[in-house]
Amino acid sequence: MKHCEYQQIDPQALSTPTPTLPPQHAVVQEEKKGETARRKWEDFPGKNRFYCDGRIIVAQQSGVLPLTLGLILVTTVLFFVFDCPFLLKHLTVFIPAIGGVLFVFVVISLLQTSFTDPGILPRATPDEAADIEKQIDNSGSSTYRPPPRTKEVMINQQVVKLKYCFTCKMFRPPRTSHCSLCDNCVERFDHHCPWVGNCVGKRNYRFFYTFIVSLSFLTVFIFGCVATHLALRAQGGRGLMFALQESPLVICFFSVWSILGLSGFHTYLVASNLTTNEDIKGSWSGKSGTEDTGNPYSYNNIITNCCSVLCGPMPPSLIDRRGFMPVEESSQTVATEIELAAKNEINVVGGPTPSQLPPCALQVPPSPIPLPFSLTAVALSNRSD
Amino acid sequence: EISAPWTFHNLQELRHSASLANKVFLQRDYSDGTTCRFQTKFPSELESRIERPLFEDTVKRLNIYYAEAEKMGGQSYLEGCLACATAYLIFLCMETRYEKVLKKIGRYIQEQNEKIYAPRGLLITDPIERGMRVIEISIYEDRGSSGSCSGSSSTSGSSAR
Repeated sequence: MKHCEYQQIDPQALSTPTPTLPPQHAVVQEEKKGETARRKWEDFPGKNRFYCDGRIIVAQQSGVLPLTLGLILVTTVLFFVFDCPFLLKHLTVFIPAIGGVLFVFVVISLLQTSFTDPGILPRATPDEAADIEKQIDNSGSSTYRPPPRTKEVMINQQVVKLKYCFTCKMFRPPRTSHCSLCDNCVERFDHHCPWVGNCVGKRNYRFFYTFIVSLSFLTVFIFGCVATHLALRAQGGRGLMFALQESPLVICFFSVWSILGLSGFHTYLVASNLTTNEDIKGSWSGKSGTEDTGNPYSYNNIITNCCSVLCGPMPPSLIDRRGFMPVEESSQTVATEIELAAKNEINVVGGPTPSQLPPCALQVPPSPIPLPFSLTAVALSNRSD
Repeated sequence: EISAPWTFHNLQELRHSASLANKVFLQRDYSDGTTCRFQTKFPSELESRIERPLFEDTVKRLNIYYAEAEKMGGQSYLEGCLACATAYLIFLCMETRYEKVLKKIGRYIQEQNEKIYAPRGLLITDPIERGMRVIEISIYEDRGSSGSCSGSSSTSGSSAR
């Protein structure tokens, strides 16, 4: 008869939703020390990476983000070192001040674009997925079978097709798209930006827009200041060749056109309440030939569109990465892991002796009955031999 | 009055003595665009469990709260402009209006659960825990074998929070 190692269930402990595993799960804790309170980001199914205990989220490949930061930093530092002293003396003190403010703005908005959750939709729970499957099967019994896994909804008197996402097991809300690089569905998906190392979606589009607009101002500003510097020096008789060694000018010259172009494009998108994804695919440009395709999300007023995209309320992050795993889910995961651990890690030092672990798999009940019952029932049945 | 084949539960007893039978999902209503609204269609599984006006009232109230959170008006524009001026650093220290309304919604759902749904063996899950995709309503069946619920349990929401 083995020694039962679980404690009496305390009914009062059930009423409050404790974020960490309650102490009565000594059985579970015995085998998995140090894994009691897992935050949700640790089990995140997408390909993102997390830092600072879930506070910072980036895509799997940080892409060219270090290069972006490096270019901006190098250009600005060179500007400050080589051009500002001259311009400070000959023109005004505001030049380095404005440059400094713009630089700070650019870096902060870049980091916020990179590290903010773009609007990731958490995947459907198994119960939800089963419910949706049932609905799909039920609806397919009419004479006309629509293409599988799409649903049509009416938005502002216009028909919009919602696609079913096989990875996330749900019908994607309107304007949501699945990013294959991050393996997530992102709300109001704009595009995945390698320069920024993250997707651009509903939650960080305003940061992204601020970033490219302020970067445009910064590059134009530096370009203008350096050109002024050169012009002033050339007047003073110094060689133009010497002045052309100014690399801030060269970097800015090449990047200013592309950045200005990008800012202009995104200003157009903001004013018409479109996403890059929709614009590229031509969702609302009437290519399908029907008459009343227009953007159903647009307010048909430039100011209102701009305000709603850039100044609208900031939606919360739906993935709750710093929350703790709910007790049922984490123990189910842990219970199945115990099964594997029993087979693989029987000789782990400090763990329970092999005779205490059941040789066969722990039967975790399929329905999420509140934890104490499922686990202690299992513990009892496995120990009463 | 609907005859109750189930004994009355409060929230603790629901988890303690009842077992999960089924889950009903209320999907989003996109007819107004991407703003957060839930369908108010009364699911057939709940017909024997709860009166229709009570249920519709809850869902309509939730829709009103979500509309309030996402409302674009003077206050949200002010918040947005102020945030932009501070390079959005203000989001690190200030709670946005949306978050405040979400907390209000959380309290409302808890209150509804305690007062109306748990006594009928139902439990509403806050949509934020399901990515704002669905309102999940769990239907519990009374186990009948537990000694603590002998029919005289309190129906008022006296939770030990």
